[in-house]
Amino acid sequence: MTNLIVLIPALPLLSFLILVLFGGKLSRKVAGWIGAGSIGVAALLTIIVGISFIKSLPETKSYSVVIWQWLHVGNLTANIAFRLDSLSLVFIFVITFVGFLIHIYSIGFMANDEGFTRFFAYMNLFVSSMLILVLADNILLMYLGWEGVGLCSYLLIGFLYKEPANGAAARKAFIITRIGDTAMIIGIFILFLSFGTFNIQDIMHLASAKWAIGSSLAVITAALLLGGALGKSAQLPLQTWLPDAMAGPSPVSALIHAATMVTAGVYLIARTNVLFSLAPIVQTIIAIIGALTLLIAGFSALAQHDLKRILAYSTISQIGYMFLALGVGAYSAAIFHFMIHAFFKALLFLAAGVVILVLNEEHDIFKMGGLRKRMPVVFWTFLIGSASLSALPLITADFYSKDAILWFAFSSNSGGMVLWFAGIIGAFLTALYSFRMIFITFFGEAKTEPTFNAGKLMTVPLIILATLSVIGGFIELPTSMGNFHLFSNLVNNTLPNIAIKNVEQLEWLFQLISALIASIGIYLAYRFYFKKPAYIEAFNHSRLNHFFEKGFGFDKVYDVLFVKPIVWLAEIDKKDIFDQLNISISRLAIWGNHFLSIAQNGKLRWYLLSFAIGIAFILTLMLTK
Amino acid sequence: MLTVPVETQILFAGILFFLGLIGLLVRRNLVFMLMSIEIMFNSAGLVFIIAARHWNQPDGQVMFIFILAVTAVEVAIGLALILQVYHHFKTLDVDKINKLKD
Amino acid sequence: MILIYLIVILLAGAFLAWLAGNWSAVLPRVISLVALGIDLTLLVLILFQTTTFNTKWLIDIQSNWIPQFGIGLHLALDGLSLLMLLLTFFLGIIAVIISWKEINSKVGFFHFNLLLILAGIIGVFISLDLFLFYFFWELMLVPMYFLIGIWGHENRTKASYKFFLYTQASGLLMFISILALYFVHGDSTGIYTFDYNQLLGTQMSPTTAMLIMSGFLAAFLVKLPVVPLHNWLPDAHSEAPTAGSLILAALLLKTGAYGLLRFVVPLFPSATQSFAPIGMALGVLGILYGAKLAFAQTDLKRLIAYTSVSHMGFVMLGIFSFNELAYQGVVMQMIAHGISTGALFIMAGQLSERIHTRDINQMGGLWEKAPFMGAIGLIFAMASLGLPGLGNFIAELLILIGAFKVNVLMSVLACVGLIAATLYSLRILQKVFFGKKNTDWKMNDLSIREKVVSVSLVIIIVVLGLFPQPVFDVAKPSLLKTLERTKSQESGNKTFIMTQPINQSTN
Repeated sequence: MTNLIVLIPALPLLSFLILVLFGGKLSRKVAGWIGAGSIGVAALLTIIVGISFIKSLPETKSYSVVIWQWLHVGNLTANIAFRLDSLSLVFIFVITFVGFLIHIYSIGFMANDEGFTRFFAYMNLFVSSMLILVLADNILLMYLGWEGVGLCSYLLIGFLYKEPANGAAARKAFIITRIGDTAMIIGIFILFLSFGTFNIQDIMHLASAKWAIGSSLAVITAALLLGGALGKSAQLPLQTWLPDAMAGPSPVSALIHAATMVTAGVYLIARTNVLFSLAPIVQTIIAIIGALTLLIAGFSALAQHDLKRILAYSTISQIGYMFLALGVGAYSAAIFHFMIHAFFKALLFLAAGVVILVLNEEHDIFKMGGLRKRMPVVFWTFLIGSASLSALPLITADFYSKDAILWFAFSSNSGGMVLWFAGIIGAFLTALYSFRMIFITFFGEAKTEPTFNAGKLMTVPLIILATLSVIGGFIELPTSMGNFHLFSNLVNNTLPNIAIKNVEQLEWLFQLISALIASIGIYLAYRFYFKKPAYIEAFNHSRLNHFFEKGFGFDKVYDVLFVKPIVWLAEIDKKDIFDQLNISISRLAIWGNHFLSIAQNGKLRWYLLSFAIGIAFILTLMLTK
Repeated sequence: MLTVPVETQILFAGILFFLGLIGLLVRRNLVFMLMSIEIMFNSAGLVFIIAARHWNQPDGQVMFIFILAVTAVEVAIGLALILQVYHHFKTLDVDKINKLKD
Repeated sequence: MILIYLIVILLAGAFLAWLAGNWSAVLPRVISLVALGIDLTLLVLILFQTTTFNTKWLIDIQSNWIPQFGIGLHLALDGLSLLMLLLTFFLGIIAVIISWKEINSKVGFFHFNLLLILAGIIGVFISLDLFLFYFFWELMLVPMYFLIGIWGHENRTKASYKFFLYTQASGLLMFISILALYFVHGDSTGIYTFDYNQLLGTQMSPTTAMLIMSGFLAAFLVKLPVVPLHNWLPDAHSEAPTAGSLILAALLLKTGAYGLLRFVVPLFPSATQSFAPIGMALGVLGILYGAKLAFAQTDLKRLIAYTSVSHMGFVMLGIFSFNELAYQGVVMQMIAHGISTGALFIMAGQLSERIHTRDINQMGGLWEKAPFMGAIGLIFAMASLGLPGLGNFIAELLILIGAFKVNVLMSVLACVGLIAATLYSLRILQKVFFGKKNTDWKMNDLSIREKVVSVSLVIIIVVLGLFPQPVFDVAKPSLLKTLERTKSQESGNKTFIMTQPINQSTN
């Protein structure tokens, strides 16, 4: 039964191959349904495999399938092999299920675009790579998936290739993530050379056996792997590519840059948690990076004009929460937040996609407005998504996941007041910018008229995702209310339990505070952006706002620090200095030729004179000897 | 018989030779250069005569006759060439005839 | 005898093609295809008849040539040469096919030269007599000079001179070294011979070894090329006709790497050990500097040529790491780079056949006109940036791990080369296929002939990336043989210092 997991990544890959090879001959309809259908079947298989996995949990808490031996050189062995455990189960469920919904949506969304089959081919390749990433049983195969999703992200951001800006955004995304990946591959080298294997489980066992906590190798390796995670998950300081990545079509943003790929870093850290627990200092850094990122991205989201950029910063910020959770050791909370985030952020992006499509590629929220009446389905689903994003207490799923993170940020042994405070500020910001979006986009007077109504293909996925964004949270209820731990019990088969301080009785207080903060945020959003008082207008034109809008100026700094020097370096020696050296050898020869030809002037008497001098010279030599 | 030391004789031949050489270098007219060459030839011949006289052997005189023959031929060819050069370049100035450099 | 047949068939094909060129333009192409096809079939037969690769030589033939001077006709085949020969014949066939429409003048002579170069390359890969080796080494050179000089682009004369001077001068240095080795060996043992097997254990002082080795290095490092000696390459590559660039990049450069593996390391095991730090540093310099220059170029073929410099830096790094991982990586890199860079040159050729320019600033947005070509370009750009799943990744991974064992700093610097590779590869894609159309070119997508070529290359690079094991199995015995020679010389164990050093397994 569980051998079916091979089919889960294979199906999208197969569909990718079909679309690439026969794409030209297929009609749009067929191509779209092949693309979406393969993911649908994969989702079904995931559910079947998942149920049978949970029902009869094996001793090792995991299944492995070796498909073929990939490499065997000396003592280096790597297989193409998959491994299913509860962590990867959650991920493949989200990837296939949310992926399927997004594919369905895309059939409607991309209906009039050029390169329809190309789009589905890339999307299928992405899903396949992402599944390989999370199912891989060795870190090398994981790296294959890791780079594969990077490639698809590059291709899909630059999908509308005729616009040079899209190409630039795509390259930026690829290059920045590649910087992280390179750190990661060095980390992989160290792991391999220390333990002689690529198998993740073996590495984890050997690492905990051989490396002391806080030993320098453990710290270096964990830091290098973290580099990869930071790049992929768009965390400080490698976060700058994600807002630009919004150049891709909305389904791409929903699938890759919200629900799945950007959380690969979270997966990596959760998967190699043993390593990070051996490097407490790195884990602390993760928590700090998470906290800083969620704040910076939160402030940036508050100042954006572009609907998708708001969502992009929001994604960065939410992944910051996941990193915060990982940093304090709350793995199951991080994964739970990943899942819930995948639901509502995919929903938000898809809904935003409808809005943008219907308004003829209008991205600026200040040119929208009053859409509540024009597109009720989109409005309500978007509202649910935003409510979930801002963690509206009790009814939304995100309340449960984010609350868990905030609670653990405080109560974990490695957590504390500062981390919690950063998180709670972030929660406030989240509520503020979410409802800023709602009020500006959907309320007020209409500024742009919708051109058409979105079809069922687009609205049905929205409704399903909206439902999940509400009920998804109920599978994991905090100890203080309900004490229902379906999700964390599942995930903790794979991930370590969190160790918390003895402050459990305080949990309800923290929940109350976060509920209050979220509500205050929403209320203030209403005050600021619905009522529009004068000081908000003034603030909108302030320098601080501009600074926020530019994402704290990271782009500019990197431009000066890296881009300009590299371009300068490339330009300065374009002709290759070594070539000049070689040319100078030939120049020397030519110059010598010219110099010696002076003597050859054709004057007979000159020749005779030199002749005479020569003889005199030789005679002198002979005589003086 | 007047005896002149052999060194003086050689010195005389040497002076003659240098006169010829200087003439060769200083004169620009091809005819004069040819004449200078003749002087140098003769100085060389003179050395042979001096040597023959010194060691009382006839080889040196034979050699001088040989040189005479060579100079005769040389003058004949040289003058013919000079005529050709004059015909071709309308000048005998050797500095103007610097075609050798190409 | 089969090894001699391989060469004789090519030589016969070469002369036949030249003759046939007088009557028809198609005949030489067909003759070349047939000759290469027969050779490839023969080789595949050998491959399938071989049950084990663990023997010292799969085929070893030896006879006298000029016995007075100890020069023999000694040809031998092992796993490493077998792989190189397969690559040679396959790419030879590709070279004939891609010049089908491109070469229209002196067709017969073109194919004569083409086959002659291939014969030279094959000779280099299988000769075990140093004099014979040098003969074949020079045999590659002259026809290549003609190939660039006659059928090349605008600046072909300069490029062909440059190519000739560099390789000839360095080749002569190698010849001096060969002679020196001949005499050193003769003086110490009384046997004057050019035979590889006999010269292997020659006793000499470290200084002598260093001097003689540097002659060999000169030839091989120029051919590879290694950075300060690489300047013939961009010119030669960019000015050569497509088939010429293909053979230069995919095969001729490999003779340098092969020479290092076959001759320099086994003949001078201790001298190479002491040269290793410099060798690795040169490799890294090549990786980074080549990538930097590639990033700055605007001439597509020149750009790809510099990427070759960068990729060959990995080979250099791997060879001087002296362990099995790195060596398998080097072999894989030789093959994968041959395929991927060859494919990029073919693409550049196809582009300039269509739009008559190699300037990437005049291209842009070509995906719309030629999506098939774009997809091929995409795959090979990804291969050259080392995307996992394609052959180059396996190669670079193994080399980097192997180098990491020996020298962490060098390996990490080489990893930076991966980022640089991303920069130039994406630049190719962006400038050629994506972005705005700078000129509204009228062009067709690939023809069936071109599609067959490109798709076969794609299949190979993917297979190399996903199922590389057969290549490793074939190459393993000859690499271990080479490594053993360095092992016996190696004093201290320079393995990676970790909690527990992993010993190199030599099973």
